[in-house]
Amino acid sequence: MTTDVQENEGPDILKEWVGKARVYEKTFNPELYHEVQQFIFREARLQDIHDYDAWEALWTDDALYWVPANGTDTDPERQMSLIYDNRSRVALRIRQLKTGRRHSQTPPSQLARVISNFEFLTSSNDDIKVMCNAQIFETNLRGDTMWAARNEYTLRRIDGVLRMAYKKVVLINNNKAIYTLSFLV
Amino acid sequence: MMGVRFILVMPAVMVYQFSLYEGGMNMDGNQISRWDELIRPGMVHGSLYSDEAIFKEEVEKIWFTTWVYIGHESEVPEKNDFVTKSLGPMPVLMARDSNGKIQLLLNRCPHRGNAVCVQEKGNRARFTCPYHSWTFSNTGDLINYAFPEGYKGVDKSKLGLGKVARVASYRGFVFGSMAAEGPTLEEHLGGAVRTIDQLCDNSPTGEIEINAGYLKHRTRANWKFILENECDGYHPAFVHSSIFSVSSSAIGDLYGDKAVAVTRAFGNGHTEVDPRPEFRRRDAPMSWFGTTSERLPEYTKQMNEAYGDKRAREIMIDGTPHVMIFPNLFIAEIQLFVIQPISVNESIQHSTAIQFKGAPDINRRLRQQTMGSVGPAGFLLADDTEMYERNQRGLEIREPEYLFLKRGEHRERRDEDGYLIGHSTDDLPSREIWKHYRSMMEAT
Repeated sequence: MTTDVQENEGPDILKEWVGKARVYEKTFNPELYHEVQQFIFREARLQDIHDYDAWEALWTDDALYWVPANGTDTDPERQMSLIYDNRSRVALRIRQLKTGRRHSQTPPSQLARVISNFEFLTSSNDDIKVMCNAQIFETNLRGDTMWAARNEYTLRRIDGVLRMAYKKVVLINNNKAIYTLSFLV
Repeated sequence: MMGVRFILVMPAVMVYQFSLYEGGMNMDGNQISRWDELIRPGMVHGSLYSDEAIFKEEVEKIWFTTWVYIGHESEVPEKNDFVTKSLGPMPVLMARDSNGKIQLLLNRCPHRGNAVCVQEKGNRARFTCPYHSWTFSNTGDLINYAFPEGYKGVDKSKLGLGKVARVASYRGFVFGSMAAEGPTLEEHLGGAVRTIDQLCDNSPTGEIEINAGYLKHRTRANWKFILENECDGYHPAFVHSSIFSVSSSAIGDLYGDKAVAVTRAFGNGHTEVDPRPEFRRRDAPMSWFGTTSERLPEYTKQMNEAYGDKRAREIMIDGTPHVMIFPNLFIAEIQLFVIQPISVNESIQHSTAIQFKGAPDINRRLRQQTMGSVGPAGFLLADDTEMYERNQRGLEIREPEYLFLKRGEHRERRDEDGYLIGHSTDDLPSREIWKHYRSMMEAT
């Protein structure tokens, strides 16, 4: 346990961006690893192909979809985030996209994302906590854009099926000026 | 269709022997300014948004001349706090020195140009250049250089950091001007001070705070497309129809054909959309914010205690302003935007939630609504920005050369204070911005 914390110790400026120390799971469960990976691959595909309803259905009722700005572990209750959606705001976001008049997604971005570096975090309850990296290629009317992020999920098994309770997307350049981000990240 | 035909006819009646860049002669042999051609009544030439030479000229004649909004005093609350801001394309350090005074310092070591500070913000009384260890106070003075015996006879007092020539604040809003002389900030703001007062009055303490950090939205478009859009009440019904149709937002009602809201020009390029006539007609406190006093009991109580019931009610009916202070400060009811030009076709929109000092129960809602609306993923601003970028690309198309800004020209009128006003969907703000722009660009 303590070694994980120590790994991150150093002058403040060196860990300013990576945020607070996270505690990674030491044991490895291949079946769960496979199942979680398949879930997140599917989520990525639903985002890439703009299957809004199917993506929305992945969420639990207590959903929190968070894309912070200006750091990794900012306080979203005090600081501006790019996205800080509860379940009803996720639904609003989807409803807007589905009007066909969300101009920044009309025509929709063409997307392909690669998800990798899955690691489980220790969890104090039945929730499954997992970290992974995402790289997204976007092309739209403006041109081509590369996005990179560290993602953090909380997944929950409901009636035997995995659902998403929490998704945090830490864009690597979230302290810089970034182009419009209106596809589902 | 009428409008389109008119644009096509205009070039045919041109009688000037003319070069866009040199000016020229008219038929009577009189010298005319190139600005006569670039900016005509209600029409502006596309090159104003796409010509790199014009952009460079704007940096000198507008951004490094007029008063530019830098930041808010609450962003550096403690002595020795500093934060990186900008003045046009140029970064500026806004610091509160050890006497509590706001300093606007240029982050360029006088030795060889290195940055003396690479942190976005922090608290420190001194900045040391990492290259040769020259050290400056947060008043910009050179305190020390390394191995000083090599600088025998050198006057250290001449080797301080550059500074923004003039610094002035109005109710916590800090402005800077690179011109040592010129109109005072009060003269520059003119009638637009009413809008800043109106904003601050909505806080029970009379003060606002900017402390939630900024979203920085990179925009592949000229800064003036952003500037002109801020008080364009014609676009919301179309650009934002997606969110209006799926949420209960009442913003749409302010910008319809039947709206009673007005646009106003204060002169000096400052413009506003003034929805107070509509809110006064509704006569319901907090209607401007889509809510009621009853749903914000603590805030309402604070307002009544601060201003008395009658005045508090008036303030809470009128709400906050929607004003574009030339060239870069946009107060959009509950949000603050700072427009930063980067190059002729690249800009950054910095946006954040306005917070009312000492009013926590409304502040969370201000932040939540702001996060939903603005920034790269915002329900509103992603689509505005899509329009700016499409506008910019459109200018690569040759014809028609001019943009058409005559909407509502026939119904401009003066209000009781003598300011020009128009319907909330009219191009009046753009026309008045261009009038002021021209006066700055023509000045020698």
